[in-house]
Amino acid sequence: MPNRDTGATRVTHCTRFLRPLATLSIAGCMLAVACGADWTQFRGPNSNSATRGQAPPLDWSDAENENIAWKVELPGRGPASPIVVGDRVIVTCSSGVKQDRLHVLCFEADSGERLWERQFWATGRTLSHPSSANAAPTPASDGELIFAFFSSNDLACLDLDGNLRWFRGLAHDFPQAGNDVGMSSSPVVIGDTLVAQVENQGDSFATGIDKNTGQTRWRVPRPRKSCWTSPVVMRGQGGEDLVLLQSPTKLTAHDPETGEEVWAYETECDSISSPAAVDGSVYVASKGITALEPTGSRQPEVEWNAQNLQPGAASVVVADDQLFIINRAGVLSCAGTKDGKVQWRVRLDGEFWGTPALVGDRLYCVSQKGSAQVVDVGEGDQSGKIIGRGQFDGAIQASPAAVDGALYVRSDGHLWKVATP
Amino acid sequence: MRRGLVPQLCVILFLLAGKMSAAAGPDLQSELAALRKVDARGEGHSAAIESWQQVAEAADADDLPTILAAMDGANPLAENWLRAAVDTIAERQVKRDGKLPVDKLEAFLAESEHNPRARRLAYEWIARVDPTAPDRIIPEMLDDPSLELRRDAVARLIDSAAKLAEAEKNDAAAAEYRQALESARDTDQVKAITEALGELDDPVDLAHQYGFLVDWMVLGPFDNHEGKGFDSIYPPEETIDLKGRYPGLEAAVAWTPHHTDDEYGAVDLNKAIGKHMGVAGYALAEFISDEARPIELRVGSENAVKVWLNGKLLTSAEAYHANSAIDQYIGRGELKAGKNLILVKVCQDEQTVDWAQNWTFQLRVCDELGAAVLSADRPEPKSADELKAAAEAKKAEAKEE
Repeated sequence: MPNRDTGATRVTHCTRFLRPLATLSIAGCMLAVACGADWTQFRGPNSNSATRGQAPPLDWSDAENENIAWKVELPGRGPASPIVVGDRVIVTCSSGVKQDRLHVLCFEADSGERLWERQFWATGRTLSHPSSANAAPTPASDGELIFAFFSSNDLACLDLDGNLRWFRGLAHDFPQAGNDVGMSSSPVVIGDTLVAQVENQGDSFATGIDKNTGQTRWRVPRPRKSCWTSPVVMRGQGGEDLVLLQSPTKLTAHDPETGEEVWAYETECDSISSPAAVDGSVYVASKGITALEPTGSRQPEVEWNAQNLQPGAASVVVADDQLFIINRAGVLSCAGTKDGKVQWRVRLDGEFWGTPALVGDRLYCVSQKGSAQVVDVGEGDQSGKIIGRGQFDGAIQASPAAVDGALYVRSDGHLWKVATP
Repeated sequence: MRRGLVPQLCVILFLLAGKMSAAAGPDLQSELAALRKVDARGEGHSAAIESWQQVAEAADADDLPTILAAMDGANPLAENWLRAAVDTIAERQVKRDGKLPVDKLEAFLAESEHNPRARRLAYEWIARVDPTAPDRIIPEMLDDPSLELRRDAVARLIDSAAKLAEAEKNDAAAAEYRQALESARDTDQVKAITEALGELDDPVDLAHQYGFLVDWMVLGPFDNHEGKGFDSIYPPEETIDLKGRYPGLEAAVAWTPHHTDDEYGAVDLNKAIGKHMGVAGYALAEFISDEARPIELRVGSENAVKVWLNGKLLTSAEAYHANSAIDQYIGRGELKAGKNLILVKVCQDEQTVDWAQNWTFQLRVCDELGAAVLSADRPEPKSADELKAAAEAKKAEAKEE
């Protein structure tokens, strides 16, 4: 089976040592198995929620401390997912009666020891639906810097030791930018540019920011509609990488250096579930799921459309020749990436805000009520079956992060590392 | 060597060279000045990035009051750059020996003219190393300019009042709740206090307490199809003539009085003007002030709104049905002595879904800390009997609906 985690990831000490081996034609998948890949942003390093390597355990119990490597309290709330960079787990929270205190915390992955915490005061709007919080967007990292973004459109850049590099208040710059239901678009790093999507009914835009200086490289207007999707990097297929921006009325591809629009798919798209770009194709929540193939022209071609694949809040998971969506009723569907045909379905317990994490042949789905279900997505007898379960004490909206045989999950009050002792 | 050691070496070198020290000399001041210059759209970032590293690496815990003081008058972006330096230095020091210069930080905290956020930050670091700090400091903070310090003090008073109520010392409990109410600025605390006072048969006129305006003249509807009315200038935006008649969406419209009995001052324009979609309506209130003074007009609405004070636009938000809250939008302005006119424009869009049918707003006048500022001609708060009667009437109305 090909390595599902082929995207650029942080060069860890481990990969540095292994690089010479890699040049000796040791398969890339062995790198992933040996070291795992960092989980550097929302839905993992390739924004497809998929990785390879050692899988986390099949079963665990928060209440009985079974396969819980550690559990730490968090000082605030947030649907933001944890990210993992080398030996560090970074998570954001927001607190205060007005949700105007922004926290960035760093924990040691092995021990759960809190290494540092930084706090900021929100400069933008902090209202949100009670189920959400200011710390809704997942932070991103290039492996050396952390970019912590918040619903208030505050953006802090820190190094891995918690030193501030720069701080921007995008709603301080554009005071009409905001959504009092809450915003949740997570930024991505692409080359030297951090891309943030600030789509709302007021000042609506996407922006590329120089990751080293915090200076704005570009800013493009976006539809003035509420939107919660996140930008996605589309790796170049012989060309340059692009950044994809999904709005309720269109999906557009942009040059990350300039923000220039390269192509556009102008049709109704989902405003919550984000796209995935894998092996040259784009899978977007539009009239079900639509697969697009950029052609080099201003418009991509529609490869297929499957109206029976209706994702809920969670985004599509794509790896190899399979994609997975969970609908609003909690039904998980597996379909082929070549034709969108459903291969199997399974009803899960609960509703899902977080996007599942795929590790090899195991799909880790965590419901809003903290009920985790592990589904076998391989080709054997167990395909499409729930083969493991775990329960967290707390409501969970964040997507899990999977690295090196561990699953990192956060609620409004806690961060867990699920791993075999 | 990759992390940690290099900054430590830098610190040692700086200290040896005397570049920056606890004396908060000119080098620190110039670096802090650079941090204070950061502004919107990345302005001042290049210099600030370098200065932040200098401050965070070379300053020590004795410099914390100086860095905190640099937040005085700083813009919200600069406050965050400075805060990150404070936290980095303080965290490093606490990890090193668990100590901070508590006396110096407490002296800074005691000076209430400093930035409220900086003072709260000083308090939190004091409390981190001194467990006696909350009991020692917080009870004195009931009227502090820092709303977070004040909140903690109010919370203690609420707890104390609750214990008195539990012991059936109702008069004493009510007195403490009333004291807490005078200091409380956060809506959750006000709600908790008023509910408790209600149970003690001492109801609160919330609209009066908050300063919500309850008597309005309303006018409309005007056209707002496709959202075009939000920036259309209809007659009230040009001149206020309470006797005027104007071409509305379907017919001529005229100002009509409207009073709301809602405890949070909510004005339901679907009732005051009529149920319409794709429309704009206006509400006008007179406000008498004994003196010229700065105030805030705080409005909440799930519709698009604009608010003017004496013809000057103070705040606007073009968002439809994306949540609503007390104090959602804040406009800062200046009352003049005598009669002032507060004009609100509220636009409704054309969504047909159930949750998009509300056409409402609420507005209050208050000072910068959220204490009600009342019109000089405002009647006294409603009596307990009047409040009980109003509550009964509201229940009956809800039942009928």
